[in-house]
Amino acid sequence: MSDAKTEILQRLRTALDQPRPNPITALEDVPRDYQGPDAKAETTTGIDKVLAALTKTLTEYGAGVQMVEEADVTDTIAELLDEGAVAVHAPDLPEAWLPSAQAQLVADHGSLDARSLDDVDAVITGCHTAIAMTGTLALKDDGIGGRRIISLIPDHHIVVVRPEDTVVGVPACVQRMREDDPSAAWTWISGPSATSDIELERVDGVHGPRRLDVVLIAPPAQGDQDAS
Amino acid sequence: MRIALMATCLADVMAPDVARSTVELLERLGHEVVFDKRQTCCGQMHTNTGYFREAAPVVRQFVDVFEPQLEDVDAVVMPSGSCAGAVRDQHALVARRARDADLEERAGRVSAKTYELSELLVDVLKVTDVGAYFPHTVTYHPTCHSMRFLKVGPRPLRLLRAVEGITVVNLPESDTCCGFGGTFSVKNAETSNAMVTDKANNVVKSGADFVVAGDASCLMNIGGKLARQGQRPRPIHLAQILNSTKENPFVPSSTLLGRAS
Amino acid sequence: MTTVNLGMPRVRPPYASASSALMGADGFRDAAKGELQDDQLRANLAHAAGGIRTKRAKAVRELRDFQQLRSAGSALKWHVTDHLPELLEQFEEAFTAAGGTVHWARDADEANRIVTSLVRDAGSEKVLKVKSMATQEIRLNEALADAGITAVETDLAELIVQLAGDTPSHIVVPAIHRNRRQIQQLFRDHLPGAPADLGDDPQELTAAARRFLREQFLQMDTAICGANFAVAETGTLSIVESEGNGRMCLTLPSTLIAVMGIEKLIPTFQDLEVFLQLLPRSSTGERMNPYTTMFTGTQAADGPENLHIVLLDNGRSAVLSDPHGRSALHCIRCSACLNACPVYERAGGHAYGSTYPGPIGAILSPQMTGMEGEDNPNATLPYASSLCGACYDVCPVKINIPEILVHLRSRDVDERAEAGAKRNQWDAAMAGASKLMSSPGTYDAVVRASALIGRAKPRGNFSNLPLPMIGDWTQFRDLPVPRESFRSWYTKREKARRSADASNKEQK
Repeated sequence: MSDAKTEILQRLRTALDQPRPNPITALEDVPRDYQGPDAKAETTTGIDKVLAALTKTLTEYGAGVQMVEEADVTDTIAELLDEGAVAVHAPDLPEAWLPSAQAQLVADHGSLDARSLDDVDAVITGCHTAIAMTGTLALKDDGIGGRRIISLIPDHHIVVVRPEDTVVGVPACVQRMREDDPSAAWTWISGPSATSDIELERVDGVHGPRRLDVVLIAPPAQGDQDAS
Repeated sequence: MRIALMATCLADVMAPDVARSTVELLERLGHEVVFDKRQTCCGQMHTNTGYFREAAPVVRQFVDVFEPQLEDVDAVVMPSGSCAGAVRDQHALVARRARDADLEERAGRVSAKTYELSELLVDVLKVTDVGAYFPHTVTYHPTCHSMRFLKVGPRPLRLLRAVEGITVVNLPESDTCCGFGGTFSVKNAETSNAMVTDKANNVVKSGADFVVAGDASCLMNIGGKLARQGQRPRPIHLAQILNSTKENPFVPSSTLLGRAS
Repeated sequence: MTTVNLGMPRVRPPYASASSALMGADGFRDAAKGELQDDQLRANLAHAAGGIRTKRAKAVRELRDFQQLRSAGSALKWHVTDHLPELLEQFEEAFTAAGGTVHWARDADEANRIVTSLVRDAGSEKVLKVKSMATQEIRLNEALADAGITAVETDLAELIVQLAGDTPSHIVVPAIHRNRRQIQQLFRDHLPGAPADLGDDPQELTAAARRFLREQFLQMDTAICGANFAVAETGTLSIVESEGNGRMCLTLPSTLIAVMGIEKLIPTFQDLEVFLQLLPRSSTGERMNPYTTMFTGTQAADGPENLHIVLLDNGRSAVLSDPHGRSALHCIRCSACLNACPVYERAGGHAYGSTYPGPIGAILSPQMTGMEGEDNPNATLPYASSLCGACYDVCPVKINIPEILVHLRSRDVDERAEAGAKRNQWDAAMAGASKLMSSPGTYDAVVRASALIGRAKPRGNFSNLPLPMIGDWTQFRDLPVPRESFRSWYTKREKARRSADASNKEQK
């Protein structure tokens, strides 16, 4: 039996024997004059503007957004969690972010299966990179972003975003992912899960978390260094 | 300027006043218009229906008529966005398919000097106010080929807005195709009818007395539907409005796109 | 193998399996006739397409470098088709190194056999499905059912289509042809666990589907998905979605089988930065879709342990063999061309008879299946367009759909001529017109004589003419009556001027 791979590749080579009118495109000839990671808009936009844009895009897609000092993250999360909620969190989140008084917090060390996560009310994760122009949170499946399954099954997702992890556009985010580990499992989250399958009317909350809250850590105030 | 007119086969037979208005308008603006009666068609119908082989002799005829004139005229004008588009986008292709390098080269020379009416007026003759008078309410339908292939942009509207006495009103969903599409209107008559029905309804909704466009073909389609429905708005070509003056105002006849006189 | 002569005799790779969902029973015109009479369908489509066009326009306007992204996307896709064999081998190597298994399928039947045996190997009798065009194309659900395996569609619209025993009519919104009240009734009748008093609010309908599917996700251990992009460089698969059903299927089951057309590759991981901007804005008019997953191979304790991909040809190499039509393979399935198309909006997706409807379907389906043979329904698809160009304007990878439509029309005409097919009325009319229009003397006389027609009807226009072709026109609209042709008027005027000049001279 002629194997399928050999035959398909042979078909494709035969097909390509018919030259197209335009010359072959080499990868290095691909025009990349769109706003890349080194574009001025990416490198010179001040952090306040980036965070303002991120807040706007996240909010427009139905996420709750608040900006707080790092020291207040823990209280903010505690307020976001419903009374008596059981929450799971990515294992390597800074201790300081987690509400210490909440006995119902569980760190995920890989043992929770889908059924047990279905009984969990909320999940708290960090974020690898946040894209301001699109309101996107890129999560890597590490100790900060957590396993993919934990940010999927609980109905309420709380994400903490550090200002140094925010970028303006998509290419800057992809560059950060490449520099870190392109082979990791990455999840981009832009707002709560949604569908527009019925008359193209957007309905938030299908299979992923129906509620998404983003806690932005405020950047150090200008002039802090001088004062210290 | 000396300008060669390509009347287009459709206007020559089915909407002669469109070509006639083009001649009279350009002459009123002080230009000389020549018409070579050996001209036939741009070949678009054949090309767009897939008959490249049959298109080639028609394109050759077109080039044989207009290429020798290029020395004597400053431009070739066509009162049609889709026919001008065919000259610009398709003639070289048809020549290549016919493996006729000489025809391709000559077609390129003709194409470089060929303009749709609004392009000729605004870009070559540099006029927007042609001294026309048309005291009616009109709505403008940008035909697909003039809008997307030739990219005439706002030129027709600039010309229209400079007409004395005219009121230009917005056409809802103006940039949606009227459903003509050449042989599409016959090969897929029911779908085409659904499209032109919506277009005609939008023309009525606009409240205009006339729907104006730069292509007699699309106007024949929209106007034909309006007439069938017994609706008031009438089709009119841009050339007919621009040719209308206080001294010689346009008065429609009972024939679609026709002029009483 | 078929030999087709377009000036260059050659061997064309085989077309898609006849069992593929790529061809309807009727040609476009006949199929559209019924759909056009469905006022509910027309209203649903007009509402949906109109809304999404506005959203897309806004999302695209917001991006200052959208045109630059389109140029990059187009060039990258040209690179892919130009180098497809090498890129596929590169992908296979990377995917395998990351722990996945690559399968190659020449056609739909082979792909179905592979997937069926993989599901059996996993010991599953029920599988989860993520919305995938490729599996619709090969009729995988039917093949699985024949093998006693139940596939549960998890995308809301696909679930609606599946419950209704219907076929999708749109690439991104498969149930676009159904409105809320129709879906309400469907769920009441067929969705397990749906309350009898279920309302018609999309929120409520969605919640009912969520409850049903959540249990399915938790129970099942095998899932089948497609892929939006596969990175040749890294072996990464990317799945773009909104609802989270994709994430469920990609992370919960221990066996994941992806079925992907061979053209879906992109060269490098970096190129995701182009396509993940183009796709959501063009598709649903969003800045970004709610969820995008990018994963490479098997992941320890977070995703499938068994990962398979089936690389599907099924007529794609035949598309590639036409240098003037091959860019149809650049499509990223965004549906912008469907939403922009006035023909699609009126006739609906089912009229195209294929998994791939709309303008892209009109150039893709006939190339995948071929147009040869008497009354081949797909030979009508290239004519199912007024060539208005709206599709080309919005295509995020700049596929020149109108140009390819015209090219395929010429292929159809040439193939019929070369096969010695009986000349139809169009062949005769076009040949006659060509001869007339290249004989200037005769043409001139005929045009002048057209005024004679007008003598029979001195006023008004034609309404219903019992003639071939013209009858199709006058059935729906009036037609002007030829009266004095332009050239007759012009000659008359020239003569009058000459005689005036002559009499002026005489007077001098």
